[in-house]
Amino acid sequence: MSKWRQSRWNEPLIYELGREGRIGYLVPELEEEIKNNVKLSEVLPEDLLRSSAPELPEVSEVEVLRHYTRLAETSYGVDHGPVPLGSCTMKYNPRIAEELVLDERLVMLHPLQDDEDVQGLLEILYELEKWLAEITGMDRCSLQPPAGAAGELVGALMIRKYHELRGEDRDEMLIPDNAHGTNPASAAMAGFKVVRLLTDERGNLDLEALKAVVGDKTAGIMLTNPNTLGLFEEHIMEIADIVHGVGGLLYYDGANLNGILGIVRPGDMGFDIVHLNLHKTFGTPHGGGGPGAGPVCAKGELVDLLPRPLIEYDGRKYYLDYRCDRCIGRIRAFNGNIIPLVKAYIYILSLGPQGLREVAEQSVLNTNYFISLMKDVEGYDLPYDPSRPRKHEVVYSAKPLTRDYGVTAEDVAKNLLDHGLYAPTIYFPLIVEEALMIEFTDTETKENIEYYARVLKEIAEQAKENPSKLREAPVNTSVKRVNAVKANHPKYVTPTYRVLRLRREGRIKVL
Amino acid sequence: MTVHPWLPNSPENIKKEMLEKIGVGSVDELYRDIPRSVILGRELKVGLGRPLSEVEVKRIVQEKLSRNRIYVNPPPFMGGGVCYHHVPSTVKWIITRGGFLTAYTPYQAEIAQGLLQALFEYQSLIADLVELEVVNASMYDGSTAVAEAFLMASRVTRKNKILVPSTMNPQHLEVARTWTYGKKITIEKVGFNEKTGFMDLADLEDKLRDRKTAAVYVEYPSYLGFIDENIKKIGELAHSYDSLFIIGFEPISLGILEPPGKLGADIAIAEGQPLGLGLNYGGPYLGVFAVRWDRKLVRQMPGRLIGLTEDSEGNRAFTMILQTREQHIRREHATSNITTNEALMAIAAAVYLSLLGRKGIRSLAEHIALKAAYTASKLSEIPGVRAPALSSKHFKEFTVSFSIGYRDLYRYLKSKGILGGYYVGDKYPWLGECALFCVTEAHSLSDIKLLVDTIKEYIEKKVDKP
Repeated sequence: MSKWRQSRWNEPLIYELGREGRIGYLVPELEEEIKNNVKLSEVLPEDLLRSSAPELPEVSEVEVLRHYTRLAETSYGVDHGPVPLGSCTMKYNPRIAEELVLDERLVMLHPLQDDEDVQGLLEILYELEKWLAEITGMDRCSLQPPAGAAGELVGALMIRKYHELRGEDRDEMLIPDNAHGTNPASAAMAGFKVVRLLTDERGNLDLEALKAVVGDKTAGIMLTNPNTLGLFEEHIMEIADIVHGVGGLLYYDGANLNGILGIVRPGDMGFDIVHLNLHKTFGTPHGGGGPGAGPVCAKGELVDLLPRPLIEYDGRKYYLDYRCDRCIGRIRAFNGNIIPLVKAYIYILSLGPQGLREVAEQSVLNTNYFISLMKDVEGYDLPYDPSRPRKHEVVYSAKPLTRDYGVTAEDVAKNLLDHGLYAPTIYFPLIVEEALMIEFTDTETKENIEYYARVLKEIAEQAKENPSKLREAPVNTSVKRVNAVKANHPKYVTPTYRVLRLRREGRIKVL
Repeated sequence: MTVHPWLPNSPENIKKEMLEKIGVGSVDELYRDIPRSVILGRELKVGLGRPLSEVEVKRIVQEKLSRNRIYVNPPPFMGGGVCYHHVPSTVKWIITRGGFLTAYTPYQAEIAQGLLQALFEYQSLIADLVELEVVNASMYDGSTAVAEAFLMASRVTRKNKILVPSTMNPQHLEVARTWTYGKKITIEKVGFNEKTGFMDLADLEDKLRDRKTAAVYVEYPSYLGFIDENIKKIGELAHSYDSLFIIGFEPISLGILEPPGKLGADIAIAEGQPLGLGLNYGGPYLGVFAVRWDRKLVRQMPGRLIGLTEDSEGNRAFTMILQTREQHIRREHATSNITTNEALMAIAAAVYLSLLGRKGIRSLAEHIALKAAYTASKLSEIPGVRAPALSSKHFKEFTVSFSIGYRDLYRYLKSKGILGGYYVGDKYPWLGECALFCVTEAHSLSDIKLLVDTIKEYIEKKVDKP
């Protein structure tokens, strides 16, 4: 039985704290001179003055700090222990990067300041772009996309524009059945029809199936390699030939780059466009969901299609180049998620080429070490040729536990939580039943990997002896198993406190 | 490779134990299924060619940052979509806590209650600010929130024309065009009054008449800073032709201005940067996205939603809700591809709004409106300067037009340590030599005096010696 316990505060909502009259922030007092010279009634349109104050709480500064401190203590991150979510690359976030980006010389820069005011920052971004291009084997990168999915949308739109400029009408995007959900979603947003590709028994893309669907409607293919099974696509060069052969482009989803950094590059595998997730591979924190950064890199003539501005250097100074003759346009306002970009710069600078390669090797070593520990653990299958070495991640199936004892992947996940371990990504990829997708990354300790395997074994043993107990988990977290059915029920669904208030007052309908 | 502090298993003795257990002689064997022809076979050319210590990294980065120029005394007067606001210290301390900073998207609700509650509170505080019931856990920034609102309106109405103000934030317009390019949505500008900036209602109605408009979009206040006083009428017109009404608002202004929910908005979006975020040279910011309590709208909403529920013992609990809209479940049928968002920035905004509270947001909004209006009036006293350049009312950003060339004045201001307004004369030629200035609570009366005096001094010199 685990001795781990998560904090449990029964913390009220911020709305339930405070007292009328309290304030948490002092607005500077308006100078007499201003008060005497301008009147609110003359400054703002009278018709549009707010008729009732917003229903915000009234809380003192100390209450706010304590409230959110307590909330942060009932949230689990990489700072607390392993977060081996597959395809999420939850590695340690180096504090040197966190410290350096708090600098006012970054935080106070207005995005429309002249290039001459931001030479230091532009140099950082210029070098970062060079490094990312080198790491991916591409020619240029746009640092603008704020996240991986935004990068994918950029890539899909570039593919669309590429064909349009050539006067070709291609509306099919090929996407494997094990791809991240963002791939088909991004392709659809860019207006493509999604054609699903199958995975063969070895965990590779089914080449025959690919040959059967490619043609003059094929705009491109979106692939991640290693794929979401953690397996390197062995026929990547054949895939590139087949897709290029019919005039399509290859898009590389960089979510799974961690295990091959410095060993093999997307550009050398035949990819034309690549996005990177700096908040995965390059150590910038996820922040509970974001911000991230998703630079997009491209080769050859596709560079013209990248979102602008690009950062240029004329030998004397750095500048933003907004020229956009063939580019797809802007993907967001201003110049990108600068703070994560600078953190990634610090990450690469710190590790250097040897360090980045070591990152890849460590992540692959950790995955395969874990697999070796799981060899004599019953209850979990390793689908798709267990003899093949995995790269950054591995996908197990808890199907034997489900079949024999009614214990699901979700039950396994919740029991891991009870041991102070974050769960794997579950039920993904969709081609593996009761999937447990595990990625320790390069920064997990050998001891924690061993502990994780031991806990999985314990769970499998308990499944045999007392499966109903497993279904009660978690019990050591700040709440017990959460009722998702009620959460989504049209009668109860409560996305805001406002809805709760209006419902209590009988002023809101069933959604 | 020497041992690295971020890589706990990098010492040779540990590697050796692990390799032995795996049953391979070296890590290379774990890469045996990669075709030899694609292996890089050399070192990457990145960084300084070797791992660096913290000592070295800190020096390098700080040397580069020393070549950035920031404006502290006075803070930037530059507008153009974002302005400098003070970020309360509490915000910074909270968002650097590991439970928020280093957490993933809260897929495992039970172990992420604090994060979920913080995001639920963000959604709630925004809902009360805008008086709309449903708010998502964030989009990337104001511009992509606009784009997603246009895409959503097109899905809800099954129409594909969007009407926007001619004075719309040009970057937001560009972004919206990029995002809607694949969906063949057309974005059309509605005529406007050159004196006030207001949307031309007759032209709006003409453009609505074919009933092919998915949504009418209005900025509140506009990119040029003015407040379109016909905003309610615009909404009514949109609705009378079965179009949705989208308002892009400035969050602090809602401390004193009527909220989008009261103005008939179906969707309200904002750039959330004023709510406790630094300027950050453009990001990360926060895309605020809210919709009315209507099943048809909520089902088509992009992004993540956190909801209130209970655990198996009936205790209050939070979890992600209505996920069947999202990419990890619906794939190509999802309402958006967004997954990573700006959650940490949303938490910053929640802290900021909690600190301000119902009275604070009002006094802050009043403070800014008065200070900006005062600054404009003082600038207008200078011969050859008109502020605002438009006759309408403004909140924190306002246009200033000059009888002389602005670019030289801007350089002069910089030489005196002042970051002046953002030049918009090229984009809005009918305003002449014109720039977007912004005044907030961060500017003191003496900052304002310095700005006014410096401009006056320059113009006087210029007039004396043309």
